[in-house]
Amino acid sequence: MAAELSGAPLRISRPVRRGRSATTEAPAVRVALVGLVFVFLGFFLMLPLVAVFVEALRGGISAYLAAIVEPDALAAIRLTLIVAAIAVPANMVFGVAAAWAVAKFEFKGKSLLVTLIDLPFSVSPVISGLVYVLLFGAQGFFGPFLDAHGVEIIFAVPGIVLATIFVTFPFVARELIPLMQEQGSGDEEAALSLGASGFTTFLLVTLPNVKWALLYGVLLCNARAMGEFGAVSVVSGHIRGLTNTMPLHVEILYNEYSFAAAFAVASLLALLALFTLALKTFLEWRFAGAIAAERAH
Amino acid sequence: MDIVLQNISKAFDDYPAVHDISLAIRSGELIALLGPSGSGKTTLLRLIAGLEFLDRGRILFGDEDASAKSVQERNVGFVFQHYALFKQMNVADNVGFGLRVRPRASRPGRTEIRRRALELLDLVQLSGLEKRFPMQLSGGQRQRVALARALAIEPAVLLLDEPFGALDAKVRKELRRWLRDLHERTGHTTVFVTHDQEEALELADRVVVMNAGRVEQVGTADDIYDAPASPFVHGFIGESSSLPVTLSGGTILVAGRPSGLVGAGAGAARLFFRPGHVDLLRPGERGIAGVVTGSRRLTDRRRLEIAVGGSHSVEIDVPSLPETSGVLETGSEVVFRPREFRLYGESETAPRRAA
Ligand SMILES: Nc1ncnc2c1ncn2[C@@H]1O[C@H](COP(=O)(O)OP(=O)(O)OP(=O)(O)O)[C@@H](O)[C@H]1O
Ligand SMILES: [Mg+2]
Repeated sequence: MAAELSGAPLRISRPVRRGRSATTEAPAVRVALVGLVFVFLGFFLMLPLVAVFVEALRGGISAYLAAIVEPDALAAIRLTLIVAAIAVPANMVFGVAAAWAVAKFEFKGKSLLVTLIDLPFSVSPVISGLVYVLLFGAQGFFGPFLDAHGVEIIFAVPGIVLATIFVTFPFVARELIPLMQEQGSGDEEAALSLGASGFTTFLLVTLPNVKWALLYGVLLCNARAMGEFGAVSVVSGHIRGLTNTMPLHVEILYNEYSFAAAFAVASLLALLALFTLALKTFLEWRFAGAIAAERAH
Repeated sequence: MDIVLQNISKAFDDYPAVHDISLAIRSGELIALLGPSGSGKTTLLRLIAGLEFLDRGRILFGDEDASAKSVQERNVGFVFQHYALFKQMNVADNVGFGLRVRPRASRPGRTEIRRRALELLDLVQLSGLEKRFPMQLSGGQRQRVALARALAIEPAVLLLDEPFGALDAKVRKELRRWLRDLHERTGHTTVFVTHDQEEALELADRVVVMNAGRVEQVGTADDIYDAPASPFVHGFIGESSSLPVTLSGGTILVAGRPSGLVGAGAGAARLFFRPGHVDLLRPGERGIAGVVTGSRRLTDRRRLEIAVGGSHSVEIDVPSLPETSGVLETGSEVVFRPREFRLYGESETAPRRAA
């Protein structure tokens, strides 16, 4: 004990590499690395974003507004909102259910389920769309049945909704699963032992415990639902004013060389992305404590 | 309420976590489940609560078979090892949770719930902290909130899983005494898990010693310390030393030589004694002879490590007097005799009385 104490001051006076920890690089390396990242981000992310707005406003504000209130554009905006309004709540429910099943129960085939949840991320969206055409299209698996009952899915709104749900399924589940696994089921068991029913426990205990993660998942899910191109493009049929979502509308305008109009609609999507990011950052900043509490269980 | 466990078993993937346990807990009793890590204490507690379901056997709450009842229907107060407080709710809401989630018919009004919560917080000496969140409390305070929350539902039985496990030694001691007082005042039938034998002996009316999913012994602190029913209990409760011996013609042979101890029976057995319960004899006297291989100073005693018959090592405590300190160096020969000892057959678990 005594030997240890008398040794302590020695340790402090030992020469140290001032102002640097073992994991810190030399200043020149640091500056170079940070600079490289900024140049990269500026070139690949900021520049295109700025370009979108510059192009959109090239013809002046009135041309910009005209491109947006044009009937086909308005129809595209409306359809995009409708699709998101169906797909996002649906995936919120599916995502919570899937996360609950994975995190709180032990069952055979669990790892398979987790892999399946990730499937939409690993499959090209075009293929996702094609699968729906194969299933529900006129020549598809269920085609004759649907035709006989007068139900239209492919080249109609239901197909777009289905494809969007498929592509955006993982966002909520992926956000919730690690958190719920980490939190375990201790709180739920406590609530049950106090007499709460399963549903009450879910509402009063489980949901508040994951609300920030859920909100993140929903934000990301929404951004993707509104911006999805590939899968929706395959099932939509590109019928102007009927089955065009905003991204599809942008593409059509662009192919017709209406650059200003294309960029005007595109700028709305870019604004959505910026808004999502800003909201996410704001939530992280405003509720840092609560979010940390959610993670630290 | 009396709780009776009848031959209950629970296995996890063929691993018997609880195996054929029977136990009768009397109304108002304070029972400790004591055993090494993995012995099935938590599993037994969760089975009583209904958080796990039985593979075999029955659990009676009073006269009613509770085996098939859900955790909600059993009305137990469970205090979890890591408290499991609802961190999004303040202390008062945590305590009132059990009342708030009752079906409408039996749910008290909002102000009544609050009144009861405050009353319970007073009982656990946390008045004034009702607006805090669990994150803003110390470990001992969280523990008491968890207890108040469990008491709020007026449980048939209070189940506590290592209630003081995560606390430092000083707070543990305080809370221990406090829990005993609380139990005397409220009279709840209580089962608590611990792997701290001191805690179990001091606090409980009866101690259930568990090992590998089975009950080794149930008894008062005196019973299990003075009359351990199995070698395991002898070794687990308090300090103990043991030696393989042979019984022959009413005497006990240690390493083939008569030890001056007598015991009934014949054949191989194991001799258990407490390190403190030995007398040092003069060289040449009849006793257990060995060579000192190590010596450590405890506060008022000296603990010697002794090799008996070459290969077996036992520990004995001797008074730390000036005249013994030189004699009992490493390498010196000693002869000792346990004042009290117990013999257990090599295979059986039932004890044979020492003569
Ligand atoms: N859910 C489970 N799945 C599989 N095995 C389990 C499960 N719960 C407990 N076990 C096993 O059952 C045995 C008893 O566990 P239990 O938690 O009851 O022990 P314990 O006496 O409470 O131990 P500790 O003092 O470490 O808390 C252990 O071997 C454990 O690995
Ligand atoms: Mg345990």
